[in-house]
Amino acid sequence: MSNPTYTVIFYLFAAITVCSAAFVVFTRNVIYSAFSLLFTFFGVAALYVFLSADFIAVTQVVVYVGGILVLLLFGVMFTNSIMQGQKSEVLHIIPGTLLLVGMIGAMLYTFYTTHGWMPSETTLQGSIVERIGFETMSRYVLPFEMVSILLLAALIGAAFLARFDKSSK
Amino acid sequence: MGNSLNAWSEALAGFYLFGLPLGLVIIAAIPLVFIALYSLTYGVYGERKISAFMQDRLGPMEVGKWGILQTIADILKLLQKEDIVPTSADKFLFVVGPGILFVGSFLAFAVLPFSPAFIGASLNVGLFYAIGIVAIEVVGILAAGWGSNNKWSLYGAVRSVAQIVSYEIPAAIALLCGAMMAGTLDMQKITMLQSGTYGFAHFYLFHSPIAWLPFLIYFIASLAEVNRAPFDIPEAESELVAGYFTEYSGMKFAVIFLAEYGSMFMVSAIISIVFLGGWNSPLPNLGAIALNDWTTGPVWGAFWIISKGFFFIFVQMWLRWTLPRLRVDQLMYLCWKVLTPFAFVSFVLTAIWEIYIP
Repeated sequence: MSNPTYTVIFYLFAAITVCSAAFVVFTRNVIYSAFSLLFTFFGVAALYVFLSADFIAVTQVVVYVGGILVLLLFGVMFTNSIMQGQKSEVLHIIPGTLLLVGMIGAMLYTFYTTHGWMPSETTLQGSIVERIGFETMSRYVLPFEMVSILLLAALIGAAFLARFDKSSK
Repeated sequence: MGNSLNAWSEALAGFYLFGLPLGLVIIAAIPLVFIALYSLTYGVYGERKISAFMQDRLGPMEVGKWGILQTIADILKLLQKEDIVPTSADKFLFVVGPGILFVGSFLAFAVLPFSPAFIGASLNVGLFYAIGIVAIEVVGILAAGWGSNNKWSLYGAVRSVAQIVSYEIPAAIALLCGAMMAGTLDMQKITMLQSGTYGFAHFYLFHSPIAWLPFLIYFIASLAEVNRAPFDIPEAESELVAGYFTEYSGMKFAVIFLAEYGSMFMVSAIISIVFLGGWNSPLPNLGAIALNDWTTGPVWGAFWIISKGFFFIFVQMWLRWTLPRLRVDQLMYLCWKVLTPFAFVSFVLTAIWEIYIP
C-alpha cells in the first residue's frame, strides 16, 4: 500500500464516500438523498477492496445497491407528493453538533484505548472465496442454516402478504 | 502458455510515464475503445443490415457502398444535435442517468479475459463481480426514468428494473452451475480449465449431460437483463414510446445506446467464457493436423472470444425479429415459475454430477 497511486485512489474513494454520505443527510430532496446513497455504498465497497476483502466488497454492491437501494428508490418514488421538500424546517444545530461530536469522540476514544492502531502483520494469501465457503460449511454451518431458514420464512411471509386475495374480489 | 498468462496486461500495469500510472489508464481505455468500435460497426450498422435481411429488405444503402458509411453519418448527426433537457425534467438526474448507466455496463469489462494475455483485473471473485455490478446499471435506469419526469419514462424504468432484478436470480444460479464445474470464480481460471487438445469437447457445455440446461437458462435470462426482444417491454415502442429514454436526444441518447451494446457484449462474453471456453480455440487436434495448437495464442484468443461474443449478439438480433414481445405478467411467470425452478434443478443435478461422477 506504499504505492502513491494506491494512496491517491484510496483518498479519492474515501472522499467520495464521506461527501456523498454528507449529501444524503444534508439535501432536502429525498430522491437526491436516495441516489446519493449509491455513491456511498460504492465507496464503502471500494474501501473493502483496500482491506483485501474482495468478496465482501462485491457482496456489498450486490446486496446494498442491487437490493436495498432499489427497494428504497421504489419506496421513495411511489410515495405521494415527494417533490415538495419533505424535511422539517426545525433545526437544532447546537444540540445536534454537541451530540455528534460527543458520540464520535467517545467511539474514537474507546477504540483508541482498547485496540490501538496496529497494522496487520500478515497479508492475506490465496483465494478468500474458498476460505469463506469452507468456514461457512464447516465451523459456522449452524448459524448459516439458521439465517437461511429466517430468510425463507421472511420470503414466504412477504409472498403471503402480497398475494392476491380471492375472497375480497 | 502458463508463463505468458496476463503478460500484456501486466506489462501495461507496470508502465509509468513521468511517475504517473499511464498503463492502468490504457488498460481501462482498451475495453472502452472496443465497445465504441464494435457498437459503431457491428452494433449499429450490423444490426440494421441483419434486421433488414431478416425482413427481406435492403437496409441502409445510400451512404457509401452498401451503406457502410451510414453509421459515421449517424454519429455526425448525433454530435451536432441540440442537447435538449426538458424544462420540467429533474436536470441533475436527467444528466447523470445515462452516465451511471454506461458506467454500470462498462464496469463488468474489468474482469472479462479478452485474451490469455489480457484481462483488466484477474480477481478471484471475477464471475460474482460481473453479475453483481449490473446493479449499478439499475440505478442509472431509475435515475434516467425519474429524471425525465414523463410517465412513459417512469413506467419503462420501473418495468426495466423489475425485469433486471428478477432475472438476476435464474441467471446467477445458472452461472453458479458453471462455477461449480470449474471450482473457481476467477474468469481467467474458468477459461484455462476448458482448454485442451480436443478443442470444443473440453467446453463446459459438453462437460456433463445437464450442462445445456444452465446454458439455456442463462441465455434466456441474459436477454431479459439487457432488455432485448422478446423481453424488450421496458422500451416497448408500441406502448411506451421508447421507455426510459423517451426524452433523450443527441449524445445522451448515443450514450444510452452505447451502454446497451456494451451490456449485450458483456453477457455474450460471460456466456462464452463460462460455457464455451472463452478464448480457447474450438478446433480439435486431428492427429498431425494440430488445428488446436495452431489457433491458440494471445492474438488468436482475442479473436476467438470476440467472435464467440459476436455470435451470441447475432443470435440476440436474430431473436429480435423472430419472437413477439411478452406481456409483463408472462415475463414474471417465465422468470419465477419456469426459469428459477429449472435453474434449481440444474443446480442440484450439476452438484450431484460433480460430486459423484468425476
